[in-house]
Amino acid sequence: MSSQAATTAPGGVPVMYHESDDDARRRLGAAGYFACFKGIVWREILRYLHQRERFLSALVRPLIWLFIFAAGFRQTLGISIIPPYETYVLYEEFIAPGLIAMILLFNAMQSSLSMVYDRETGTMRTLLVSPFPRSFLLLSKLLGGVSVALLQAYAFMLVAWFWGIAPPPITEVKLFTFYDPPSWTGSLIPTMTDPVVTSLFSVPSIIQPFAGYITVIPAIVLAGLMLGSLALFMSSVIKQLENFAGVMNFVIFPMFFASSALYPLWRIREASPMLFEICRLNPFTYAVELIRFGLYGQVDTVSLAVVVGCTAAFLAAAVFAYNPSKGLIARRGGPGGSA
Amino acid sequence: MSASIPTETEKTPALVVNGVSHSFGDRKVLDRVSLTVEQGAFVVLLGLNGAGKSTLFSLITRLYDNVTGEIFIRGFDVRRRPSQALQRLGVVFQSRTLDIDLTLMQNLKYHAALHGFSGKKATDRAKQALELVGLADRANEKVRALSGGQLRRVEIARSMMHHPDLLLLDEATVGLDLGSRESVIKIVRDLVSKDRIGVLWATHLMDEVLRTDQVVILHKGVILYNGPVPQLLTLTGTSSVREAFRTVTGTKSTIEEAA
Repeated sequence: MSSQAATTAPGGVPVMYHESDDDARRRLGAAGYFACFKGIVWREILRYLHQRERFLSALVRPLIWLFIFAAGFRQTLGISIIPPYETYVLYEEFIAPGLIAMILLFNAMQSSLSMVYDRETGTMRTLLVSPFPRSFLLLSKLLGGVSVALLQAYAFMLVAWFWGIAPPPITEVKLFTFYDPPSWTGSLIPTMTDPVVTSLFSVPSIIQPFAGYITVIPAIVLAGLMLGSLALFMSSVIKQLENFAGVMNFVIFPMFFASSALYPLWRIREASPMLFEICRLNPFTYAVELIRFGLYGQVDTVSLAVVVGCTAAFLAAAVFAYNPSKGLIARRGGPGGSA
Repeated sequence: MSASIPTETEKTPALVVNGVSHSFGDRKVLDRVSLTVEQGAFVVLLGLNGAGKSTLFSLITRLYDNVTGEIFIRGFDVRRRPSQALQRLGVVFQSRTLDIDLTLMQNLKYHAALHGFSGKKATDRAKQALELVGLADRANEKVRALSGGQLRRVEIARSMMHHPDLLLLDEATVGLDLGSRESVIKIVRDLVSKDRIGVLWATHLMDEVLRTDQVVILHKGVILYNGPVPQLLTLTGTSSVREAFRTVTGTKSTIEEAA
């Protein structure tokens, strides 16, 4: 330890000693991993807090949907009682989870674009030149993005709360499994089959009134990870810095509109069976449903399975793309394709 | 414990590149490139834009792997033992890589975290590195407030925080005014003489080469000359590195035919 302390040479210029092997190894131990993870997440949060426009636009976008779109649609769309709802709900309450998922989606795509930009400016290279394993670095970066999305989601939920839109008190956390073969997506449509409800644990009475805000956290983190890893993969595929409009038109809008974010899927099935099938194949639908159930202290097994599965698949693709020997960056010739 | 790292000794060169070729598709960017940077050596990698310098840097920093040949940083194979190799490597990339909205200290602490430092240790390292480049008094200012030359100095401070054995600089002085260029070069040369770190300095600015340096001329992916400056001048019968560079790269075709 003592050998690596800095001393000062006669001229007053600090001299750096080379680190001993033991110290170098120690830096890559568990504490080093944690320091690295913390540093990456903290940087994402710091950067976000310094970009006020980004903070505001992330908040304003879903609020416009909530206050204007939802108010207008309230009269035209009737919401039937489907799980997790036990009573009729206002349309505002129905789309709130979809809007949280929208925050995650925008956040993920924005960070994906910033990664393309980072790759060109070199910030991504500073990250990748760290001695920690690349998959760990990418996962940390992803979780940094999810932390930012979580902050945004809570800011949105706070404003919605002032508007009177809040999850109901929760007495116990339940697991919902729909046995509705062959679709396996009973939560998306009212079915004749009753779901199998397993009570996981009861909620202490003191936190019951706002338990939904807590039980939604794992759902937001998982959904954020899924969308983040998709975006991470996209950042390695997109060659040049493209404008946000392209991603908006070809990724965000189709994912958002062809999902259960704005309207219950049984309604879509009445209107267009084909669109219904598309929505059912859209992973974003399950992110929305996971959050919807999470806000009500419930876990929908099908959504959970789909989101976890998609996260694993997208993450594997992203790690592959950034793999130094096989990855897409290696094949294409590096940042900006420069030699 | 100590037996697990047999390769690193006092004499192990900071960098060894051995027979590295690289292609993107059909385009061959590097052709059997070999070079060595000893500890305490200042090696200038001279090459025009597109000579393959950036590709070589991408391979050394393991943005992607070298398919042929080997690269060792202080004896650690970059492909087989990337963690150990990258731990001993500091890089200043050509493009700016600091977060301009954050302070110098926040930027440096992020980099410290990337190398596994946290808390007081990270702060100490950051302060120490800023002293090294003469910017200690501006630690809590935002990077946005710095000039181009100061930005570069912060990037050098950052690359030195984890006390690397090898420092790579990719066109570090491009776009700087004369004064800033001189101060950046002086800082790096001081690191070489006082700290005995090995430096690979990529540039296309010939006037940055000193007579005591080792110079490597990379042209169209091929190393045309690798050795001390005086010998280069004698060989080419020229009086300046600029002329020597023109002569060497101009005769490239005949060299290839001979080979």
